[in-house]
Amino acid sequence: MLRRKLLCFVGVLMNILVPAQKVFAVEVEAIDTMLNLKEVSVVRSYKPYIEVIPAQKLDGEQLQRLNSFSVADAVRYFSGVQIKDYGGVGGIKTVDIRSMGTNHMGVFYDGIQLGNAQNGQIDLGKFSLDNIEEVSLYNGQKSDIFQPAKDFGAAGTIYLRTRTPKFENNKRTNVKVLFRTGSFGLVNPSILLEQKLSDNLSAAINAEYIDANGKYKFRYKKVFSDGTLAWDTTATRQNGDVYSLRVEGGLYGKMKGGKWNAKAYYYDSERGIPGAIVNNVWKTSQRQWDRNFFAQGSFQKRIGSRYELLLSAKYAIDKMRYLNPDTTLMYLDNKFTQQEVYVSAANKFKLLKDWELNLSVDYTWNTLDASLTNFVYPKRHSVLVALATAYKWRGWKAQASVLGTFVQDCSTATSGTGSVTKRIKSFDEFTPAVFVSYKPVETFPLNFRAFYKRIFRMPTFNDLYYTDIGNANLEPEYVNQYNLGLQYQSALDCGVLTGLSMRADAYYNYVTDKIISVPKGTGQYRWMMMNIGKVKIRGIDVNAQARFTFPYNIEVDANLSYTYQRAQDYTDPTDNEPGAGTYKGQISYIPWHNGSVVIHGTWKKVELNYSFIYVGERYHNSSNIRANYEQPWYTHDLSAGYSFNIGKVNMKISAEVNNLFNQYYDVIVNYPMPGRNYKAILKIEI
Amino acid sequence: MLMVLLALVSCRHDDEIFIPENVTMSKPELSDIKGFYLLNEGNMGSNKSTLDYYDYTTGVYTRNIYGNANPSVPKELGDVGNDIAVYGTKLYAVINCSNKIEVMDMATAKRVGQINIPNCRYIKFHDGYAYVTSYAGPVEINPDYEQKGYVAKVDTASFTVVDTCVVGFQPDELEIVDDRIYVANSGGYMVPNYENTLSVIDIATFKEVERVPIAINLQCVVGDEYGGLWVSTRGDYYEEESALFCYDVRKKRIETKLDVPVSSMWLDGDMLYVVSIAWSNITMSDEVTYAVIDVRTHEVLTRNFITDGTEKKIKKPYGVAVNPITKDIYVTDAKNYVNPGTLYCFGQDGALKWSVRTGDIPAHFAFIGK
Repeated sequence: MLRRKLLCFVGVLMNILVPAQKVFAVEVEAIDTMLNLKEVSVVRSYKPYIEVIPAQKLDGEQLQRLNSFSVADAVRYFSGVQIKDYGGVGGIKTVDIRSMGTNHMGVFYDGIQLGNAQNGQIDLGKFSLDNIEEVSLYNGQKSDIFQPAKDFGAAGTIYLRTRTPKFENNKRTNVKVLFRTGSFGLVNPSILLEQKLSDNLSAAINAEYIDANGKYKFRYKKVFSDGTLAWDTTATRQNGDVYSLRVEGGLYGKMKGGKWNAKAYYYDSERGIPGAIVNNVWKTSQRQWDRNFFAQGSFQKRIGSRYELLLSAKYAIDKMRYLNPDTTLMYLDNKFTQQEVYVSAANKFKLLKDWELNLSVDYTWNTLDASLTNFVYPKRHSVLVALATAYKWRGWKAQASVLGTFVQDCSTATSGTGSVTKRIKSFDEFTPAVFVSYKPVETFPLNFRAFYKRIFRMPTFNDLYYTDIGNANLEPEYVNQYNLGLQYQSALDCGVLTGLSMRADAYYNYVTDKIISVPKGTGQYRWMMMNIGKVKIRGIDVNAQARFTFPYNIEVDANLSYTYQRAQDYTDPTDNEPGAGTYKGQISYIPWHNGSVVIHGTWKKVELNYSFIYVGERYHNSSNIRANYEQPWYTHDLSAGYSFNIGKVNMKISAEVNNLFNQYYDVIVNYPMPGRNYKAILKIEI
Repeated sequence: MLMVLLALVSCRHDDEIFIPENVTMSKPELSDIKGFYLLNEGNMGSNKSTLDYYDYTTGVYTRNIYGNANPSVPKELGDVGNDIAVYGTKLYAVINCSNKIEVMDMATAKRVGQINIPNCRYIKFHDGYAYVTSYAGPVEINPDYEQKGYVAKVDTASFTVVDTCVVGFQPDELEIVDDRIYVANSGGYMVPNYENTLSVIDIATFKEVERVPIAINLQCVVGDEYGGLWVSTRGDYYEEESALFCYDVRKKRIETKLDVPVSSMWLDGDMLYVVSIAWSNITMSDEVTYAVIDVRTHEVLTRNFITDGTEKKIKKPYGVAVNPITKDIYVTDAKNYVNPGTLYCFGQDGALKWSVRTGDIPAHFAFIGK
């Protein structure tokens, strides 16, 4: 017991090591570029406005160090984020920001939103960090008015930016080869080729293959109240195997006053769905196949001194097959195909030196085809229009936007007698957002910021039309967000402390008309989606980063984040039994406390990284009773790397130990997570 | 501030065996019925099927007793409790998604055995044998073959399956009348090609001897002492509505069709208690019924046996039972299937006596004593 307490203590102790007193001043306008020094592009430098509220970001080097296998693993280090992780290499991993639910999260890949009209959820476990240069998280929206209308349309956004080719000196070709192997039978090679075609045009192609049997040991046990063992069982997670192949390529062009890119993406995978571990059932046999393809491009150019244009377009087709071959359960073999066509034009006008206006118009077409009985084959046309303005005056920066959403759904309902009726449903809505920041002292890098945003998420095709479950009468789910915060960020020259950044935000979100499933009628497991949920979320996000420079070329970076959330279920005022009712209970799987610590040190060619994640106690239902209690969990990950050259070839070998203290835990009840696991990585760059 | 944080966060500790929670509901009531078990189904995948017990001799309701009574059983009672019954001195709980029947001592709920039957549904007893319906019949190597259900014959002395009899698709409840087993075939996995028959099995030969067409998607079946077999259909949730039929097993014909939707029913003497919540995809709404039917006259005596307005509080009536001596009526509310449910106790007059929080999806009852 003492030992466990100590380990927990050591983890959290890291917080205290960061001195928080001495601060120096530096021009705050430089923050955005300071963090991304390497990628100050031509276009970027045009921007007279930097973001009103900067993002939480992880970029190239930081990302590589984090022992992260997928984007989902990396996003865990942001404050305000909860990951739903069903465990293992192939397990679904989705992100929930500030407890508003996964469907309120927009995920953008190279500036264009990843769509899933079927269930609205983006599995971040599918995105490798291999070719990702930067992951950034915005609450509300990216406070840059020059963006497609879709970027205004989510309650929180994650941007994944793939690596743009860069060529040092006179190089015309970059080759990066990575090979990862380790626990879970992982074999994971990848290759990246970048070619400079001319001064203004380069190309990149990246391919990655993953094969893993996904097996790992898990353990469940219970003790009597005096601590003696009641039962203890260890087993191997089965049916967690995954195979995937990802190939993507792109062209990156520059021109006077602008840039463009075009890319194609292909992903093919087969995976087992490991399922819940319940009494007498230790393995499942469900399978899922995914095949995703998209092609997208964007073009950005300044025309004249007052106008700038951003055009984007995308076509995506996603095929999914779900098979339940288990003869003790209902045999299912369902196939789903989604298609999306997306075009967007953003137009920015500079009205005055410090006043800009942007008008964006997006059109999206979505369809879903499914091999389900009584399926209604929905199609959705969405037009989004965003009008945004940004103004700067002394220490003040402000942005305001209004988003108009015009959606039309068409579906074909087939009645029991076989007659087909076409159903059309339209929806129009306008939603506003306001972002303000204030820097009281010009020379001191302290900013205050605030935002308000009202937004909604459309019901997904599954919510509306899934045979038997869907409810075509659903309305969107709304959320009002209020945020107040401050940020201090500076490079320093203060003994060993050479950089410091701190940010804190307090927020209140009110989710209404929340779409939740409720049972209906006779018989088991017959559900119905209804707009009946209400959730109030009050929270605090805190984040601090520091850089220490010691003698002998030792550099240490530390990053810590902490989130407090009270996310209360206001759905049913009559369910109010003290200590047991769901009314005002903490909603499922949202911990009151969670946080992370990352410490990274380099010395010459050696680097070490330690990361710690803590998720506090939770309940898996908003009835916060003992039977619904979920333990806190925390993992310690360590990695070490060594870089060396063989001729002109740069090489790096690294080794990782994840979940160092072999904690057996569930993120989602009955879905056991892996204990201690290992990975070895070889990177070759030419 | 960081020190404060440190104090707030808590560390992981070992999971402890759940200590059952006692709630006193009423004064002791002494009769030949000592108490009843209530089986909570628990939502699929949650592994939260739990067993509650109400003790008439003390008036105490005890929640979640299985873990404490069986502290050495990994992962406790299991996933989705679907039926419970007493036979002899043993308590049998059919745990659908754990593919097993948990056999416990009736007095202590301590495990005495386990019978593995995949996708098992309902249980009935006859002459030392348990008969259990299962969706998971034999598999043939034939791509077009669809899996039929079966009835397993279980020796209650050895807890082993001694014989099986293939019936229709997805058989649910069963009833034994005059040495014959009547099985309600649902075909619930075959949408829209539901089953529409009862399978009739001769107990002596344990062979299916007849199929009796009643209606589509059959669910509940209970026999009265006049040879009437009360059979319910779930309907197809579109045009075909849930309804109740009386099939006379001696005259071999349907005697009555009542437009009473059925989720769950309980026969007490001549009174058939029915609770239901029927969904229509056409009106997009639920219709709630608390009916009592006289099985002698086939008359619907009432469509709402709750007389004091308590029905307004019940969100999802799910299970029903009647104490054979005191005639108290028990109705469970499954709410939204994931929140804890509620058990309501009504007097014979239909007025609320007490209510108590249960586990998730309270559903199935077994009375102790006679």
